[in-house]
Amino acid sequence: MYKWDFSVVLQSWDLFAWGLWLTFAYTVGSILIGVVIGLVICLGRLSRFRVISAVARTYQEVFRCTPLLVQLMWFYYALPLLIGVTIENYTAALLTLSLYAGSFYSEIFRGGILSIDRGQTEAAKAIAMSDRQVMWRIVIPQAFKRVLPSFINQSVIQFKNTSLLSVISVGELVYMAAVVNGQTYRPLEAFTVVAVLYFAVLFPMTQAADYVEHRLRVSD
Amino acid sequence: MTKVAGAASPRNGGEAASDVVLRVRGLKKSYGSLPVIKGVDLDLHRGEVLAIIGPSGSGKSTLIRCLNLLEIPSEGVIAYNGRRVDNRFQSRGDRIGCGELRRHVGMVFQHFNLFPHKTVMQNICEGPIVVLKEPREEVEARATTLLGKVGLLDKRDAYPNHLSGGQKQRVAIARALAMRPDVLLLDEVTSALDPELVGEVLQVIRLLAQDGMTMAIVTHEMAFAADVADRVAFIDGGVICEIGTADAVIRNPTSERLQAFLSRFNS
Repeated sequence: MYKWDFSVVLQSWDLFAWGLWLTFAYTVGSILIGVVIGLVICLGRLSRFRVISAVARTYQEVFRCTPLLVQLMWFYYALPLLIGVTIENYTAALLTLSLYAGSFYSEIFRGGILSIDRGQTEAAKAIAMSDRQVMWRIVIPQAFKRVLPSFINQSVIQFKNTSLLSVISVGELVYMAAVVNGQTYRPLEAFTVVAVLYFAVLFPMTQAADYVEHRLRVSD
Repeated sequence: MTKVAGAASPRNGGEAASDVVLRVRGLKKSYGSLPVIKGVDLDLHRGEVLAIIGPSGSGKSTLIRCLNLLEIPSEGVIAYNGRRVDNRFQSRGDRIGCGELRRHVGMVFQHFNLFPHKTVMQNICEGPIVVLKEPREEVEARATTLLGKVGLLDKRDAYPNHLSGGQKQRVAIARALAMRPDVLLLDEVTSALDPELVGEVLQVIRLLAQDGMTMAIVTHEMAFAADVADRVAFIDGGVICEIGTADAVIRNPTSERLQAFLSRFNS
């Protein structure tokens, strides 16, 4: 029978705290940048100009069809060789995470925008709105509500994706579990603590997100 | 009820309005290889109510949607108050772009198309505030008056999803009127309504006609068309087969096609 001993592992609570903080930081940072990228790419996909649309699509497919781990390795190890500039691991981390998030967000946004009934666009045009006004005042606000569940889902995944940063020595939560394991030789406890921490953060988030979505649906 | 000042129309006994608000010449519209409108000439006079009737697929909705450039004609010329309509949004020279055109030519849709994320009041005020850049207080005052006209003052803060079909359509009419259009295009505005709700919408349209609003109405309500319209146009196969007064077209149809079409309705 395995003897659980969390006390040894929990002595390093400060490492876990630091790891959690970094996890948060990279998640929030990559979500914010990812949303901006996602919007740009989404509108690019919807553009009348085929060149813009093709470029956007290429970007989406590159980042959706390769594993995040491979992308991380590539940005950290391969890109510096190509452009001759050293890239710090935290730069590569944030960059890759954001580009990855952006590609998925752009598809979520695009699906939301396309799902808005054509009649809405027509009604907005009929009161003489410009294409930009139609998009930003009528279509996107409705699409936003519609994509919120998918967006939150992807963001939850993004939070968990930060775990991969451990392989390029970024000190987020999983990396800290490995460090603690190295000190205490108690992988079971270390990784259980980390799993519990992930859950403790994400579960309230998903519940809060459900609540927000429910409130927004008042007008439906 | 405010009267549109000086609107002479055949309806109120004034001189037959001779100025043409919308002129259509040689209008053709095809979707790929499928021709839907095959050559239409039409004049819509100021103060006139023109009913457009015809079987499904005849092109009547497509025609009316060409009038505010929601559909872009494949061929032909449309002119508003003598100014040629341009497919572009911005007006250029003496041509009028669709952005400017739509400020004067409003539309009400079969499926209402109210903005679900905005209240009734916000739906009505959106155009004047955002597009016309009018001050909020003025717009809200005017919107309140319009809501009174369509009988929905008590619904000003409701969301469209909480309204009945007839109420939604009346809000849609108020939304179009808030832009102070010269012309109102109504595309089968009662076709999606339960029969008992049709009357309240027709009543609003009747009042608009009495006020002298220039309107083009695509409708299946023959009795209403015969009652309210100054002229009726029968469209079949993408062309106007007959056009004349309600008496001539609906009550005394001459062509076989039209007789066959009308025989399906109890008139």
